Amino acid sequence: MTRQSDDKSALRSMFALLVAVAAMALLGGCATVAKPDPLEPFNRAMYEINEPIDKHLVAPAIKAYRDYTWPPIRIAISNFFNNIDDLFSGINGLLQGKLDKAGNDFGRVVVNTIGLFGLIDIASDAGIERGNEDFGQTFGYWGIPQGPYLFIPLFGPTTVRDGSGWIVRLYVGPAGYIPDVPVRNIIYGLGAVDMRSQAQDAVTFVDQAALDRYNFIRRAYLQRRQYLVYDGKPPPEKEDEE
Amino acid sequence: MIVMIAKRASVGRAAAVAALAAALWAVPAAAQEAPDAMVKRVSQDVLQIVKTDAKVRAGDQARLREVVETKLAPNFDFARMTALAMGRNWRTATPEQQKVLSEQFKTLLVRTYSSALTQYKDETIEYKPLRMDAGATDATVRTAVIRSGNPPVPIDYSMAKGADGNWKAYDVIVGGVSLVTNYRDEFNEQVKSGGIDGLIKVLTQKNGGAPGA
Repeated sequence: MTRQSDDKSALRSMFALLVAVAAMALLGGCATVAKPDPLEPFNRAMYEINEPIDKHLVAPAIKAYRDYTWPPIRIAISNFFNNIDDLFSGINGLLQGKLDKAGNDFGRVVVNTIGLFGLIDIASDAGIERGNEDFGQTFGYWGIPQGPYLFIPLFGPTTVRDGSGWIVRLYVGPAGYIPDVPVRNIIYGLGAVDMRSQAQDAVTFVDQAALDRYNFIRRAYLQRRQYLVYDGKPPPEKEDEE
Repeated sequence: MIVMIAKRASVGRAAAVAALAAALWAVPAAAQEAPDAMVKRVSQDVLQIVKTDAKVRAGDQARLREVVETKLAPNFDFARMTALAMGRNWRTATPEQQKVLSEQFKTLLVRTYSSALTQYKDETIEYKPLRMDAGATDATVRTAVIRSGNPPVPIDYSMAKGADGNWKAYDVIVGGVSLVTNYRDEFNEQVKSGGIDGLIKVLTQKNGGAPGA
């Protein structure tokens, strides 16, 4: 029980940090719409911290994970975490009044969980699409501005809005409810490895495509999130922005 | 002539000749090809090569780049892509700078596309029905890459019809991320710090120093 609350208090302080960052950005210019990255010097510093860690530790670990695990195991691990994501996608579909999507997601969770604890994605084979909703998108749907862009070492690109969504997500579980600390940490660790592994193709793409990786990742992330918030139909961008 | 040869030839040869005739017939028809048909033909063509070409399958980067260069690149309007990515900076560039920029941007995109293709596994492409007014000169062709066990990745091509009647792509939007929009930030930043020549220098270095070059 105390472990559980330790966990939550850590998340609470992270949330406080995000709020502080948002307040700082608002005080420091209020320019969140015109300029999505008012904290660029800070973010670039964080990015520079992350670069060598990612290059020398994370990327080799992910490569080993991809090279040495049997692909069906890796897919089962992805499916397991996707199943949890689908549950939250369903909740966020409801929070946005998207009942069709929510219905699909909850249907998926029921089918896949009964199937084999989410390890096999039977629902996709049956053609039930994933809703792919999350708390960040719900906040956006509710009209909460995205706030300043953030780059967080080991976590990557986010915004105050999306980061807050993540904290809500981690706060409500379900891994946080596992009483056994090592088991819980293994679950968290595997989840992070799976996420980073799924992003590997995108990382390779950015390496080849970008002139300035920081800049490229930021723009791609913000475009992607805008697209998701508007369910694939974002309002057109201005041709020339200053 | 073809008819005469076909009459004398075996069935197999007749089929080959018919295929040749069909191919010849297809050349003038291609000029009138609808944008979605063009995207489908070109992407299937390239995927077929990626799946079957021995050199590509053995990881021959130069060969893959050649495929992209000869099969894909002719269907893109690189000058327009470069102009769009440059935004207001395009007008301040001299014609010579514009030419170099387009060439370098093309090289970068060909390399990027080739490297993305090396990650091809068993994906299939789904082609969405085209919604376009008759006589339109601009269209968005929507496709989705389907990989088993993963959500489909939508890929849209913004296309324009040229004066010669051929459609060419001027932007690719992958999962909501427009390539041109992404490079607009990149180019703008380089021009701000080093001018047009600074951007040319960065692009050229990137192309010269790319892995596997």
